[in-house]
Amino acid sequence: MSDTFQLDGASIPFKAGQTVMQAALAGGHYIPHLCYHPEFKPHGSCKVCTVKVNGRTAASCTMPAEAGLSVESNIEEMNGLRRTLVQMLFAEGNHFCPSCEKSGNCTLQALGYDLEVHTAGFRHMYPDRPLDASHPDILLDFNRCILCELCVRASSEVDGKNVFSLAGRGIAKHLIVNAKSGLLKDTNIALTDKAMQVCPVGVILQKRIGFSVPIGERRYDQRPISAQALDDAPRQADASGSCTACEGTP
Amino acid sequence: MTDLNDKLETAVHPENLRRVAIDPVSRVEGHGKVTLLLDENDRVHQVRLHIVEFRGFEKFVQGRPYWEAPVMVQRLCGICPVSHHIAASKAMDMIVGATLTPTAEKVRRLMHYGQILQSHALHFFHLSSPDLLFGFDSDVAKRNIVGIAAAYPEVAKQGVLLRKYGQEVIRITAGKRIHGTGSIPGGVNKNVSIEERDYLLKDIEQMIAWSRDALALIRQLFEQNLDSYNAFGRFKTHTLNLVREDGALDLYHGGLRARDMDGNTLFDHYDYSHYWDVIFEDVKTWSYMKFPFLRSLGPEQGWYRVGPLSRVTQCDFIPTPLANQARKAFMAFNGGSATGATLGFHWARMIEMLHAAELIQELLHDPDLQGSELVSKGQRQERGVGVIEAPRGTLIHHYKVDEHDQIVRCNLIVSTTHNNQAMNEAIRQVARQYIDGRKLTEGLLNHIEVAIRAFDPCLSCATHALGKMPLQVELLDVEGDVLSTLTRSADGAFS
Ligand code: SF4
Ligand code: FES
Repeated sequence: MSDTFQLDGASIPFKAGQTVMQAALAGGHYIPHLCYHPEFKPHGSCKVCTVKVNGRTAASCTMPAEAGLSVESNIEEMNGLRRTLVQMLFAEGNHFCPSCEKSGNCTLQALGYDLEVHTAGFRHMYPDRPLDASHPDILLDFNRCILCELCVRASSEVDGKNVFSLAGRGIAKHLIVNAKSGLLKDTNIALTDKAMQVCPVGVILQKRIGFSVPIGERRYDQRPISAQALDDAPRQADASGSCTACEGTP
Repeated sequence: MTDLNDKLETAVHPENLRRVAIDPVSRVEGHGKVTLLLDENDRVHQVRLHIVEFRGFEKFVQGRPYWEAPVMVQRLCGICPVSHHIAASKAMDMIVGATLTPTAEKVRRLMHYGQILQSHALHFFHLSSPDLLFGFDSDVAKRNIVGIAAAYPEVAKQGVLLRKYGQEVIRITAGKRIHGTGSIPGGVNKNVSIEERDYLLKDIEQMIAWSRDALALIRQLFEQNLDSYNAFGRFKTHTLNLVREDGALDLYHGGLRARDMDGNTLFDHYDYSHYWDVIFEDVKTWSYMKFPFLRSLGPEQGWYRVGPLSRVTQCDFIPTPLANQARKAFMAFNGGSATGATLGFHWARMIEMLHAAELIQELLHDPDLQGSELVSKGQRQERGVGVIEAPRGTLIHHYKVDEHDQIVRCNLIVSTTHNNQAMNEAIRQVARQYIDGRKLTEGLLNHIEVAIRAFDPCLSCATHALGKMPLQVELLDVEGDVLSTLTRSADGAFS
């Protein structure tokens, strides 16, 4: 018999070494998250997965599961905080959903809908972040980066390439390309890389795909993210190295 | 008017005149302002329509990837986003070197005709019918769509349902009623399924019937008000529009045809990918909107008119039977007098609405709509020009894209910009006919708005207020002090 903890009144079994997030998803319980990805070591940066554990807040994606914990997730207090975090992400970058090709496939947008975020809530910062279109097949639109580091992790851990890094601190933190020129064309990134698949928003894009998937057939058109996260947990890459759950590259 | 300047564009001695502003002009799309300069005897010295335009957009799109443009440009306008969507897509077809598959072209055409139908219905029923059915200086409290719904419920209902039908066509072809994504560089991202086709087929007969009723209504109005409708804001003008190779009306594609005010052809079937060789844009200090002109005639003489009235009168025929019949009747009516009348716009618009409905029916029976070849591409190009006949007239999108796929230059000439000078001419004519020498009333000022509305201008493509836009008219003395004010509040009441 495995150990269990309580999540919103339900008993969640877990195996040693699992986090609260992993055990919850495996047990069919959704906890909203952004920077967590089942294939990568938890990173704990977005804080959208914050829950109340025995009365104190903690990031569920990094919190180890322990027997007897009392976890509160789907409560107004936590959802309110998540809403604010998502609003801050929208206000900090340039997210123009109506003309973004990632619309309908974007985790941030889907999470926003799911949490019923209707306005940015904060004054938009309108940062000036020029595109990197130097690569013949790949476009980087930094306007939408939420600094989740998934591409950084995918490129180094899976692709063994180290194409991306985060630089700067605090509000000046930003994504950079590891090349002398700073341009993507001077890296060895390839369309088949894992780093091409993991971006939850519309930063790392295969060129000339654009809006080729019609509205209605995009990932989040039919079912909300909360329903889909469960299908994907635990997510695994198939033999060809591509993860069907990852948005972006078909 | 011997002591006045004939053109009314610029007063000779503006310092001695009082200024009247109609700001904003109501029941048009967006925000526009009219100013009049009057002397102490109420003689009109200057009339100008000022417009805030979307120049900002052409900067905004710079640096963006080209495949984003057809979706992004829809933010130009909440009223006819589909027109921009399709014009930009046509430009991008050139960029990717595509020749459209039959399915792609037909789905796009269907989307476009849906847009024509909904836009023309909105304009005629919601924005213009209050003036036409109640009278230009009728009780202003009733002169709106709410008044129409009370007095002519059947007309109001037809307007709503025609518009809704057009929006459904758009939803099915573009994915959404607004900000759809259906048209992409080189083609479309979806076809029309059998279920979707059947859903649209169900009501198309009714749409055609109602379009015919609307035509009968505008004809009847012309018959009842023959002299005033013929004379109202009448002026002679050159014209510009697209025509099909055989001279037929074609709202989606064709070559440019320009005729002078006497009907002589200036150019015909002109390849629009070099439009700048025949059209140039002039700038005036008092308006944000440019003034395009036909190069061969120069900036003073070369202004022209676009839109339904130019299209219907200048094409050789309309390639659907009912609309073609309607065109013949329109051209023959009272010796052709309506074809040169500013209010003839409404009649021509209803002919086009019928044409769009007929085309939708025709397309829905075409199996190519269910085809699966949606996209094509060929030799990549640096420059792309897309031109369509949007509801309001010729719409030009022009892009330059660099080797990294980023847009480096964009030029747009929208329908309302083409009509800038023509609208100014129309309101100057109305000012001469109705305002010059008379004490101003709201009803008289509305005549100016009626003339502007006939063009269905989309002045800033942002707001839309269905006859409820607050309107303020101020009479100022030479010092700029307010002498008296006439105000219409958002609920239509005057004070
Ligand atoms: S580019 Fe995408 S994956 Fe990489 S840090 Fe930014 S949001 Fe995350
Ligand atoms: S998902 Fe846990 S911190 Fe981002």
